[in-house]
Amino acid sequence: MSDAGVTGPTVAEGTVAEGTGAAEPPPGPVHEVVAAHPARSGLARGLRFADAGLVVVLVLLVVAGSVTSDAFLTGSNLRNILVSSSVIGVVTVGATLVIIGGGIDLSVGAIVALASVWATTLQTQSYGPVVMVLCAVLVGAGAGLVNGLLISYGRLVPFIATLAMLVAARGLAARMAENRTQLVTQDAIKRIATTDVLGVPALVLVLLATGLVGWFLLERTTFGRRLVAVGGNSEAARLAGIDVRRVTASLYVISGVCCGIAAVMIMARTTTGSSTHGSLYELDAIAAAIIGGTLLTGGRGTIVGALLGVLVFTTITNIFILNNLSTDVQNIAKGAIIVAAVLIQRRTGTRSSPAPT
Amino acid sequence: MTPGDVAQVPLLQMRGIVKQFPGVRALDGIDLTVHPGEVHCLLGQNGAGKSTLIKILSGAQRPDAGEILWRGSELVLARPSDALRQGIATIYQELDLVDGLTIADNVYLGQERSRGGMLDRRPQRRATGEALRRLGHQDIDPDSEVVDLSPASRQIVSIARALVHDARLIVMDEPTAALAQAEVDNLFRVIGELTAAGVAVVYISHRLEEIRRIGDVVTVLKDGRTVATDLPARTTPTQKIVGLMTGRAMERAFPQRRTPAGDDRPDAAATPGAALLEVHGLALDGVLRDVDLTVAAGEVVGIAGLVGSGRSELLETIYGARRRTGGQVLVDGRPLRPGAVTAAVRAGLGLAPEERKAQALLLDQPVSRNITLASLSRFARAGWFDRRAERLQAARSVQELEIRPTAVTRPARNLSGGNQQKVVLARWLLGSTRLLLLDEPTRGVDVGARLELYELIRRLAGDGMGVLLVSSDVTEVLGLSDRVLVMRDGHIVHEALAADLDEDAVLNLLMEGSPV
Repeated sequence: MSDAGVTGPTVAEGTVAEGTGAAEPPPGPVHEVVAAHPARSGLARGLRFADAGLVVVLVLLVVAGSVTSDAFLTGSNLRNILVSSSVIGVVTVGATLVIIGGGIDLSVGAIVALASVWATTLQTQSYGPVVMVLCAVLVGAGAGLVNGLLISYGRLVPFIATLAMLVAARGLAARMAENRTQLVTQDAIKRIATTDVLGVPALVLVLLATGLVGWFLLERTTFGRRLVAVGGNSEAARLAGIDVRRVTASLYVISGVCCGIAAVMIMARTTTGSSTHGSLYELDAIAAAIIGGTLLTGGRGTIVGALLGVLVFTTITNIFILNNLSTDVQNIAKGAIIVAAVLIQRRTGTRSSPAPT
Repeated sequence: MTPGDVAQVPLLQMRGIVKQFPGVRALDGIDLTVHPGEVHCLLGQNGAGKSTLIKILSGAQRPDAGEILWRGSELVLARPSDALRQGIATIYQELDLVDGLTIADNVYLGQERSRGGMLDRRPQRRATGEALRRLGHQDIDPDSEVVDLSPASRQIVSIARALVHDARLIVMDEPTAALAQAEVDNLFRVIGELTAAGVAVVYISHRLEEIRRIGDVVTVLKDGRTVATDLPARTTPTQKIVGLMTGRAMERAFPQRRTPAGDDRPDAAATPGAALLEVHGLALDGVLRDVDLTVAAGEVVGIAGLVGSGRSELLETIYGARRRTGGQVLVDGRPLRPGAVTAAVRAGLGLAPEERKAQALLLDQPVSRNITLASLSRFARAGWFDRRAERLQAARSVQELEIRPTAVTRPARNLSGGNQQKVVLARWLLGSTRLLLLDEPTRGVDVGARLELYELIRRLAGDGMGVLLVSSDVTEVLGLSDRVLVMRDGHIVHEALAADLDEDAVLNLLMEGSPV
């Protein structure tokens, strides 16, 4: 055992030098170590490579839009694009957080429908606009809580639990509305869609606020850290003492709340509550998150990216409508964009970190 | 396939096989020669290179250097199906059968017989039935689903698969680990029949009594090299085999135990403190029974155990990652709820699990976030997460534990095994952890970094941390611990001060159940 004392340290130094590979600076004072890598903090982190790619795509779309149609680059049209993005954008914020946390929420569209119906029944409307808003948000939160409990404590696969919710919530909405479209009679609700604050449509402000809260939650709170950890490696999160089930359940509640907010927005825009609202929102939200750089298996993604993804899709739709192209062509283009975005991300993803072994 | 024909030419010759993984040289020049009809036993401690060797033989991994001769001519195995086609079959510890398929379908998985694109199942069923009969298992129906089979029957199916594909060499990795005694007897009878027919078996087991019973020759691996080969399995003394496995000349130095020399705090360090962790009658269905142990503050307690002894499960059950089915776990005299990791962490426990990458790290996340994962609330100021404080603290940990590279923004994936382990330890040192549970702390860690980890663990104990560590590396357990518990079949069979034990005694306890 005594020989080893001589050879040991030499080996140690050799392997250390080998292990680091690159010419890392020797461990200096703590402040230097931090200061040497400031680039990842603040805004720079918010706008990552994947996001920059989407910005380029958006710019290209704007160019294409203005070339093909004179009506594209007008204030009212750009405003139109933003307003069209607002409802699905709010839903996407919640759905993105769920995906980053390692889950999936297929029930968002159905929850929007249920919340819109519940908040526009004659009885709810009789209590006034505030109660209607509260009702929509609570219905969303409640449905999300059911999802969350089934998944985290009932150990259902997220896909199955939220698929069941998708079917059941739409069914319940249709039953409550007796298959009729319910009209919004409260003017305060309708005004949400027509009001501007400082020249910005209120609906867009709601989206901005939701996005900001979502971003803050993800990037600036302990909860955000935990949800990324749960999505990235739930076993590691569990063994680090994180209450994985509580984090998971909370995520679906958050998604449900987003759906409740979106329901109020859709009520304002269409002046109706209907069991057919929010149709296929789940697919649009997931697609936006994915092209925004969110990993479908969880553990990685940004709110900024997902919202850029929403903007890309709405802009495409807008350009196609301006050019009188059918929705069929539009859907083909959307499909191609999803595939292209993921392929590009995989290329850049493997460049920044070694391929999985 | 008569034994006489090919006895002169070795069936398999491996020469100078080298396999390098990031940070570890798993195989460093392996030589192995197997003749037809023999049971060739491979022995070696954990990390000696046995599993890597098997993976190369089965075509799952390709060697970086060296050559493989198969019946005298060069063999290149690019993928697992190549090995089976050449006549090399591997029966894994975790049997690789698909639950939803029938036995016959499993036997032909990846090698299906078809006629015009249509699966031709009848000959598959017939051949599978024949193979099962040959193995003395007419009772297994080729049409039944694998999901209903016992571990022993599953093994028989795996062997039947080898037979159906005309394997000349069958590699068995710890085949008896999941078997009852009667099933072991049957397996040995089958092995006898196979070798009588000229099939060679490479047999990997830690249990010397099995090797004595069915082995012909023994090859001993150590640190990725062949240290001895062609030892007669029945007559080579245990002491000699054990000596070869451990290596007489020690290559590792362990830091001083808690002896006063040069210690600033002789009083605090010289005697272990009060019992930090007490475990009474701990049980986990089918894995652990009646485990008692204590760990004091400032004490390193090592558990030696083989694969399947329940050593990892013991740590995980104490930690609450598995829900115990009986017994008590006390920290500072206060009982811990079963199956509640969060409560265990709050009580001051921290686990560095065996599978670092799968169980401990967020590989794509920066080092800093991996370090702070278990103490996030420490950086929260009124709901706002103080990322600057987090980075500073992480950088401080990196400096303290000499983690390299020093950049805390690097993803954990880019670190070597030793540095990844330090990240996991740093995570617990940030919190209020007073008892560390270390499961195979140096697995996948190269020699130099091992020494650093040893020193770190001793230093932590010197500062009053209690440490309960598990390792299948006997040298490590003895060198690092104050007290050693030997585990076998889910039970602690021996307890002694590390100073009163030597490697031979522990290995004998592990392999034969009694000291020397």
